[in-house]
Amino acid sequence: MRFKLKIWRQSGPNVSGGFKEYEVDGVIPEMSFLEMLDHLNEQLVKRNEEPVAFDSDCREGICGTCGLVINGMAHGSRHECTTCELRMRQYRDGATITVEPWRARAFPIIKDLVVDRSAFDRIIQKGGFISTNAGSAPDANAILISKDVQEEAMDAAACIGCGACVAACPNASASLFVSAKIAHLGLLPQGQPERDSRALGMIQQMDAEGFGNCSNHGECEAVCPKGISILNITRMRRDYMGAARRVNPRKSGE
Amino acid sequence: MKIDTSITLDANAPSGPIDQKWDKYRSQGKLVNPANKRKYTIIVVGTGLAGGAAAASLAELGYNVLSFCIQDTPRRAHSVAAQGGINAAKNYQNDGDSVWRLFVDTVKGGDFRSREANVYRLSQLSVNIIDQCVSQGVPFAREYGGTLSNRSFGGAQVSRTFYARGQTGQQLLLGCYSALMRQTGAGRVKIFPRREMLDVVVVDGKARGITCRNLVTGEVESYAGDAVVLATGGYSTVFFLSTNAVNSNATAVWRCYKKGALFANPCFTQIHPTCVPLQGETQSKLTLMSESLRNDGRVWVPKEKGDKRPAHQIPEGERDYFLERMYPAFGNLVPRDIASRASKRMCDSGHGVGPTGYAVYLDFADAVKRLGKDVVRDRYGNLFQMYHEIMADDPYERPMQIYPAPHYTMGGLWVDYGLQSTIPGLHVLGEANFSDHGSNRLGASALMQGLADGYFVIPYAIGNYLATSEVLKTKVTTDHPAFKESVASVAAGTKKLLSIKGKKTVRDFHWRLGRVMWDDVGMSRSQDSLTRAIEQIRALRAEFWEDVNVVGGGDFNKELEFAGRVADYLELGELLATDALTRNESCGGHFREEYQYPDGEAMRDDDNFAHVAAWKFNGDGQEPSLVREPLVFEHVKPTKRSYK
Repeated sequence: MRFKLKIWRQSGPNVSGGFKEYEVDGVIPEMSFLEMLDHLNEQLVKRNEEPVAFDSDCREGICGTCGLVINGMAHGSRHECTTCELRMRQYRDGATITVEPWRARAFPIIKDLVVDRSAFDRIIQKGGFISTNAGSAPDANAILISKDVQEEAMDAAACIGCGACVAACPNASASLFVSAKIAHLGLLPQGQPERDSRALGMIQQMDAEGFGNCSNHGECEAVCPKGISILNITRMRRDYMGAARRVNPRKSGE
Repeated sequence: MKIDTSITLDANAPSGPIDQKWDKYRSQGKLVNPANKRKYTIIVVGTGLAGGAAAASLAELGYNVLSFCIQDTPRRAHSVAAQGGINAAKNYQNDGDSVWRLFVDTVKGGDFRSREANVYRLSQLSVNIIDQCVSQGVPFAREYGGTLSNRSFGGAQVSRTFYARGQTGQQLLLGCYSALMRQTGAGRVKIFPRREMLDVVVVDGKARGITCRNLVTGEVESYAGDAVVLATGGYSTVFFLSTNAVNSNATAVWRCYKKGALFANPCFTQIHPTCVPLQGETQSKLTLMSESLRNDGRVWVPKEKGDKRPAHQIPEGERDYFLERMYPAFGNLVPRDIASRASKRMCDSGHGVGPTGYAVYLDFADAVKRLGKDVVRDRYGNLFQMYHEIMADDPYERPMQIYPAPHYTMGGLWVDYGLQSTIPGLHVLGEANFSDHGSNRLGASALMQGLADGYFVIPYAIGNYLATSEVLKTKVTTDHPAFKESVASVAAGTKKLLSIKGKKTVRDFHWRLGRVMWDDVGMSRSQDSLTRAIEQIRALRAEFWEDVNVVGGGDFNKELEFAGRVADYLELGELLATDALTRNESCGGHFREEYQYPDGEAMRDDDNFAHVAAWKFNGDGQEPSLVREPLVFEHVKPTKRSYK
């Protein structure tokens, strides 16, 4: 197979970038999208050209490192599939494919297709946890949790933190990411004591990082490789409203 | 091969009955008082289950922690990809499990090449891990009554594996990560993502800091502290294709080896039986299909050699369910080394399936019939989906094709009972150390070991080290000459790689090294193949330093990152082969063709090889020397490991 690629190249954070066109051939249908880019990079290196920088790690859809906007869609057009899991058999031989980084003010570009998503870590620091020190836990079966609740919590906890939701949202909102964590912990009995401070802290930090607000476009859910439901945003709002009404929330994490 | 008898490797495990050793260690170890803890700085490298848990737990105690990782955030360390589960001797199933049984299973599973005291402690701590994770909000699978659920895993006859769908590693890592983020928000941990450790700084014989490369700016940075904790994972990517992440590497461990830390049992590598088979030369990694699939999947090949009919056209009577035939007691749930070798034997003898003939079937037809599609989906849905994406084939309808692939490395830096390497102050955790799995790791035990080391062992071990060493009286900063030297040597190494400007790509060398390792140092090894491999690796290494082309500059440059890792693998590969050549026996994942029983099972030699083989670096171009730590089995008598 042979493809024409239009790839965003940008040498650093504070310079302007642009699309550059490449031809790549010798692609086989079994190749993953990232292996196709590896293949292109090998050809570039052999010509002494600088390879295209992109992030990836596990290459099996679980670490959340990779993430490219392919033909205008975060992680490409395949449903519930990360960029690294995409296979070239999904593309027509000879097609032109456009490849861009995540674009959001809160995710500044580092180089080419690599972005800085450290804002997500700072949001988690404001309450995306249950305060329990190693050694202090009661027996694991001491608190019973119904299978349904556990399954719902697991659905939300499956988020891989890739940031596709932000890239797809017209407002560059991180609501799906933040709400998935708030829902995961808020559904479980262990998460109740800090439920208010969690919602307040994480949402305030999301705003401070420059993410937009949610206006129910639903693009996030459509591109999420793990099928995280937009219903979590409803849960997040309910938690936030409740917490905001209650007085003097304790400082998160302390 | 030189044997060094001037060094005595003492595990320093407390004396006394095995079930009291850990209690004794905890109650007799020296403590650092709470007010003094904040005066200490601990450097933790790696943020997987071991490193993440260590960094969070040490910060909870009040130490200052500096946490480093190569990923863009600590949450992406490769522990995230572990699928099947985590073992714990909870005996919630009332099926006869106990700390003792988990201990025995693990020692036997490791083919009697692990240290009894460490394994017993691991079994004891397994129960605390589950408690800790549940309290963090890890959504383990549950029964309708609300209690925790278990599944079975290879090498055990009880159900002791806790799981969160097929994403157990991810959920445990997110638990660790949330604890780490809590401490980061509270100011007790400072995180340094996108940093690659390239040197350990040793001052007056003690590990006092690290030098790393900032992968964004390219700057060489160094950090000083009072102790260094290394949790940087294993070295399976020496095979190029493995189930590990593309950035997983052995550089941090290797640089410590070159600074004096002994490297133990490098030839103990694990080839996982159930992975998606290789499809072409451009492939970048192999994908694991969790061992848990062997709970309900049946492994088979056609009885007839070279039978090219599609699976559904091969009648039941013409199928060979070879694991069930060869190992009736454990069937499809034999340990990984046994299952991998059996699959290889079937393919080598012409019974393999798929386009290359190097695959066997893992069939769920019986499970779907017995349990229904919904139950099967509930248990393995995400794995089936993953397989479907890769192979464009539906495992609910047709059997999966699987083949073994490099997965885990039991070898690693030598550590004592307190997880300290032979460099005082350098502690090594998780897959990066060697201590608990012997020559073969049982499924669902890697997560257990990483978290035991991080949450429960290192908090005590570090306190004991800090209180007994005099590090507080001799505070060092990065102005110390040892740091300047380290920075200069790392910068020179980078410059050298960029200056070669040869004709071949970094990937080309890694790929060729991987072929040598897989063909000659992989699932089975012989004196001939190992001797050949060592020659080939040396030639490849020489060629690398003359003809590699690392394009780009000294700043953000992934080619440069990989070049450094491949350069280290071109050395580590040789040590791995040397260790395999020296160990004239077969045990666990180490299979020497010369040492097997007539039925093809591994022939161990306890008289000559019941020891840890730890290698000491003697300088570039010099032969390493071998230091032995004898292994004593007081509680589990070594027997021929049988799963029949």
